[in-house]
Amino acid sequence: MKLAPIPAPRPKVVAAGAEARRVSLVPLKASRFADKGFLLLVLACGLSLLAIVGLIIFELIQKSQLSIHQFGWFKFFTGTNWDPVAGEFGALPFIYGTITSSLLALAIAVPLSIGVAVFTTEMCPIPLRGPISFLTELLAAIPSVVYGLWAIFVLAPLLRNYVQPFLATYFGWTSLFSGPPFGIGMLAAGVILAVMVIPIISSLTREVLVAVPQHQREAALALGATRWEMIRMSVLRNARVGIVGAIILGLGRALGETMAVTMVIGNRPEISKSLFAPGYTMASVIANEFSEATDDLYLSALVHIALALFLVTIVVNIVARLLVWTVTRGAPPRVHV
Amino acid sequence: MGVGIEVAGLNAWFGATQALYDITMSIAANHATAIIGPSGCGKSTFVRCLNRMHETIPGARAAGKVNVGERDIYNGTSAVEVRRRIGMVFQKPNPFPTMSIYDNVAAGLKLNGYSNRRKLDEVVERSLKQAALWEEVKDILKKQSGASLSGGQQQRLCIARALAVEPEVMLMDEPASALDPISTSKIEELIFQLKEQYTIVIVTHNMQQAARVAEFTGFFLMGRLIEFATTEKIFTTPSDKRTEDYITGRFG
Amino acid sequence: MSKGSLRHWRRQIVDGFFTVSAVGTVVVVMVPLLAIFGYLVAKGIGSLNWAFLTQTPRPVGEGGGGMANSIAGTAMILGIASLIGVPLGIGAGVYVAEYGQNRFGNLLRFTADVLNGVPSIVIGIVVYGLVVVPQKHFSAFAGGVALGIMMIPTISRSTEEVLAMVPNTVREAAYGLGVARWRTTLSVALRTASAGVITGVMLAFARVAGETAPLLFTAFGNQFWNLKPNQPTAALSLQVFTFAISPFDEWHRQAWAGALVLIALIVISVAAVRYVASRGILKGAH
Repeated sequence: MKLAPIPAPRPKVVAAGAEARRVSLVPLKASRFADKGFLLLVLACGLSLLAIVGLIIFELIQKSQLSIHQFGWFKFFTGTNWDPVAGEFGALPFIYGTITSSLLALAIAVPLSIGVAVFTTEMCPIPLRGPISFLTELLAAIPSVVYGLWAIFVLAPLLRNYVQPFLATYFGWTSLFSGPPFGIGMLAAGVILAVMVIPIISSLTREVLVAVPQHQREAALALGATRWEMIRMSVLRNARVGIVGAIILGLGRALGETMAVTMVIGNRPEISKSLFAPGYTMASVIANEFSEATDDLYLSALVHIALALFLVTIVVNIVARLLVWTVTRGAPPRVHV
Repeated sequence: MGVGIEVAGLNAWFGATQALYDITMSIAANHATAIIGPSGCGKSTFVRCLNRMHETIPGARAAGKVNVGERDIYNGTSAVEVRRRIGMVFQKPNPFPTMSIYDNVAAGLKLNGYSNRRKLDEVVERSLKQAALWEEVKDILKKQSGASLSGGQQQRLCIARALAVEPEVMLMDEPASALDPISTSKIEELIFQLKEQYTIVIVTHNMQQAARVAEFTGFFLMGRLIEFATTEKIFTTPSDKRTEDYITGRFG
Repeated sequence: MSKGSLRHWRRQIVDGFFTVSAVGTVVVVMVPLLAIFGYLVAKGIGSLNWAFLTQTPRPVGEGGGGMANSIAGTAMILGIASLIGVPLGIGAGVYVAEYGQNRFGNLLRFTADVLNGVPSIVIGIVVYGLVVVPQKHFSAFAGGVALGIMMIPTISRSTEEVLAMVPNTVREAAYGLGVARWRTTLSVALRTASAGVITGVMLAFARVAGETAPLLFTAFGNQFWNLKPNQPTAALSLQVFTFAISPFDEWHRQAWAGALVLIALIVISVAAVRYVASRGILKGAH
């Protein structure tokens, strides 16, 4: 069979103006230059992140040198007397205050946050989910100073008039609730901190709960588990690492929280067993006394405290993010703290 | 000993979409019944209605009469009770990864209040033997998690977990479709042995499997039960043309 | 009752108890939220009048006065902060998403996460040392730098996330047409993700708008009008703080009003974000 002859190539007919059009496209060399320039530009932006961390570390270490040389780390953070006027710089009351207020906040916030998260992921009727998550997000958007304002004028009187007398009457035998009920004090700080960290812990917990695969829930249900048993057995159990991460992230936030705590903790550098007593946190003492620090040593001691706070919150945040990451496998959290 | 299942006028919906239309069939006690049909025909939905798992999907519901033994599972029995008495094995093995092999098998028992250590040991051993997994895991019962086993072993673990609570019926939703041929044949052997004591309903898209394992077969198409008869009859002389078309591979 | 069904009832009761508890936690958590908004409106609305929005603070005893200088100051400080934070943040996010699929990119992402967790008062101290001390005075500029620094890691993370969601096929289509890489990133990827990027920027903006601690030693606050960026400047959050901890009732009332204005600013931003996001996802996702 004879094949049809291959037709000769058609002569190139270039429409008038096409040559001109082709020339107007960006020639290769120039675009490579622009590419490089753009890369350097955004790289510089990226490097700014590293620069900021570097600057923070540099500044904190430099300005705290005086205090570090004078007191060292051990003596500074185990001394219990903070009296700058007399030249006494013992920072233990602040460590105590920071830890106590944060732990108290977690004790209140964790069960509530997990409850909200479990409710919205496992039990909530679908039309309610949007509004509830919106409202929780709104809680996260309220600024610290507004929380503090509300805490001074609404929460503290509430505690003073109702809650503290109640606690003193029924639980006063533990030395946790002794002393005059001022309203202001460690308890108020713990409560307002709890309100502030609930949105963080519950959003992150919700994310890790959602990441538990559906077939795990079905496995439990098929064995005849009630809904709560199913949640306990397959959802919470599977997500527990991530939940711990969420809690630690909340802890990180509580440790560094400044304004609301400063407004209701009483600002007294004392260590007291009672939750009714006033206290002082690392962030609060810096906020209150930094502009009033009269001499270099005072200032340096405050920066020393800031350095410690910085290191602690960094470590806590890293641990938390690692834990959450192992459960959600690298998908970045929606919550920016 | 297994019980029979009487299904009468079963309908099921996903939201507004109807998935099952008036299913009526009798599932014989102590026999294996296969449910076959093309993808999307409703066979999984049907089986999930038998232990009231269908309604766990938001928006899904089912209506009709399903009598397991003497009990109407849709009227007067709580869903939790129903699922306690009917065991289910899923397509993808789903052992609890945070629990050891032992705890996986014992999970259903612990839910029901058995805490006696010796009783648990006994039941765990018996169930694992029934699932033909005992020899392979008896030394690592408490040392390894349920998820550390191979796919085929995981599925047998899930079967052991379901058997531990001594259900009256065992439902299997394509139990071997995620497994390799050797594990598949092990599972099929298992079903043969389990038939003596339990009523088994097995969903499968593999017709050879249905032919090997089940005495009765039901053919589903688009949410309806087209034909239900002995496996032999379905595969040699089906009454309905649609059944014949499916069997001979003209579709699905 | 047989032992079996007794146990069954107990399990149902436990199940019911925990269901009620879960609902209870939601109710308990909503209480402070509603209480805060309720009190803000109740106590703030009374003092929110034209004088409040146009006058500077008067000494106690004189009565009247307002927070006009704080509102203007906040606007100026946030403006400076955005000029610093938005370009650097978006740039960093673009780098990590488009060029950072490597260890260095992971380091940057990690750094941004770490920075997001640094207490804001620490940032304030650092900027004090780096800007206020050399300049020898507090300034709105220093306040803007502090807030801008806080915006960078937040915007970087959100921009990176959104860009990562743009499917690669979109970029490949542009490369296939001969578009240069930088052009593709800007006009194709970033444009597709624009709604998400804007959302991230507005969220970061809303977050720093309410910050007080970093302004304590940078902008410092000012009882008088100031529109010069290199002078101490009033800010809404600072003013609310100062008035709240003061012993004067008149100032307490104004603190509530100031807080109400601050919250209104933030709620509007968050609501706008949600609106843009709900429409933007349909626009940019394919």
